Amino acid sequence: MDKPLTKNIETGRAPFDFKQYAAAGGYESVRKVIKMEPGDVVNMVKDAGLGGRGGAGFNTGLKWSFVPAPDGGPRYLVINGDEMEPGTFKDRLLIENDPHLLIEGMITTCYALQAQTGYIFLRGEYTVCEELLLQAISEAYDNGMLGKNVAGKKGFDLDIYLHTSAGRYICGEETALLNALEGKRANPRAKPPFPQVSGLWGRPTVVNNVETICNIPGIVANGVEWYQNLGTGDFVGTRISGVSGRVKNPGCWEVPVGITFRELLEDYAGGMQDGYELKAFLPGGGSTDFLMPEHLDLPMDPGAVQKAGSRLGTSLIMVLDDKTCPIGCIRNLIKFFAHESCGWCTPCRDGLPWVEHILNKMEEGKGSMKDIDILDEMTRYMGPGNTFCALAPGAAEPLQSGLKYFMDEFKAHIEHGCSYN
Amino acid sequence: MNNLIASTAVKARELTPEEIKEIEHEKTHYPYAQAVGLEALKIVQKYQGWVSDESLLAVSEYLDVPPDELEGVATFFNMIFRRPVGKNVILLCDSVACWMLGCDSLNEHFKKTLGIDYGETTEDDMFTLIPVPCLGACDKAPVMMIGRETYYNLTTEKIDEIIADYKAKG
Repeated sequence: MDKPLTKNIETGRAPFDFKQYAAAGGYESVRKVIKMEPGDVVNMVKDAGLGGRGGAGFNTGLKWSFVPAPDGGPRYLVINGDEMEPGTFKDRLLIENDPHLLIEGMITTCYALQAQTGYIFLRGEYTVCEELLLQAISEAYDNGMLGKNVAGKKGFDLDIYLHTSAGRYICGEETALLNALEGKRANPRAKPPFPQVSGLWGRPTVVNNVETICNIPGIVANGVEWYQNLGTGDFVGTRISGVSGRVKNPGCWEVPVGITFRELLEDYAGGMQDGYELKAFLPGGGSTDFLMPEHLDLPMDPGAVQKAGSRLGTSLIMVLDDKTCPIGCIRNLIKFFAHESCGWCTPCRDGLPWVEHILNKMEEGKGSMKDIDILDEMTRYMGPGNTFCALAPGAAEPLQSGLKYFMDEFKAHIEHGCSYN
Repeated sequence: MNNLIASTAVKARELTPEEIKEIEHEKTHYPYAQAVGLEALKIVQKYQGWVSDESLLAVSEYLDVPPDELEGVATFFNMIFRRPVGKNVILLCDSVACWMLGCDSLNEHFKKTLGIDYGETTEDDMFTLIPVPCLGACDKAPVMMIGRETYYNLTTEKIDEIIADYKAKG
């Protein structure tokens, strides 16, 4: 199987520098794209069916197509590398092991978008990624892949800058990210207008996840059909999926889209550690609904997972084992979201700490049955439509599915507190 | 009241030539100086250890960004320290994968061996302990950072070795 995302990744060896990367077929998509019309590239990516890999899964080419025709002013591509979804560690893998793939994807994408400036918004804690990207950007300039007349194409001028953040989950929300990049407090913006029309400094801007853009070189160099054949069955492409928690071999790997959760858990992650049973799992980060062992044979596809009442999200699954308290797990997630709320919308700012307080009481055996009704009410209060962004609705997902699947545990906690160690 | 940043008691300090040089470099990346705010705070913190009121006002004046707006950025981000911290800041991940694999017992271990809880600094100003949201290394949990270094698959024994190294370095 071709592995467009990880073909250059080999554990135990340093990532390729520019020369090695180019020798392995790198920057081919740039040489190809500059002979194409920008609009044809957008259509190609749209036809490929690549979905955004940040969690929402929206068709990438379609997202690009909403950018208005050039008016002579600046246009931007912004890479969302603010990876902070609990249980998610895929962008770190891609950048730490093959930084030039992201740079190549950005160059090709900027050509398609007719953008002259690209920013990489990187999580500040990813210090190794920071150093590798600065090196890769500098090498790309030295080799004519950035700057004036990229790859010899007259008039294709492109600058790429690295912006390192300082640790806030909300910066992963694309409009909050744009505010942060402008040097403002990272509150999400009202939408519409969408960033494609009015984004960074009010100019047309596309914000894409690291993994999404790492797919672009392969699609452009090898074509739509090649990309579509990478998936299993009707599913297209590959994606980085992974497992954390008490499994034998936690990690993340490039897998064909459409393999089942069971295949990922057993074939890649080696199954549960000895002495532990799978109780439930979060399919794609901390802001997705729990799924149960009976869902293991679902394909890892956004549509299939949605039908089962959850979201594929980042497709890095976290297993909850039978010796870990599910209420404690939900409390930990809620504590994270309460801390990371930007504080703009009331349901999020006030709702999450209230939920955390109730769950703390339950852990200590001081909860009441009325608290369960309050928690249930809170999932709707924090749900979709009541806030600017998806932080609170996401935070409500493990809580609402927890109430659905672990009601006995909630009741036991109310009666005598947490009995897990 | 005289500790409030808005009071006239606090004045901007002079930025150092090194700080100015790095801030000027960052300015070449953006069309507007305000966008450099966070980077400038990080630069100041790199040299001073933390962002004092005097530093914040200095950056505010240098970039011509109102101090309240810059304060809104400074206090928003987890990694900008608006209070003094020790020489080495220990960031212990307390999100879900690390919680499942025992970060609470590592926190207890720090309490026992260094005598500090979250938010506290050792008396010799060598270490400050702060919890950090998901560090994106859940397959190698539990994890922590000290300064710019990340440490994976932690155990209490491993932590003792790492801390001993930092102490030996002084």
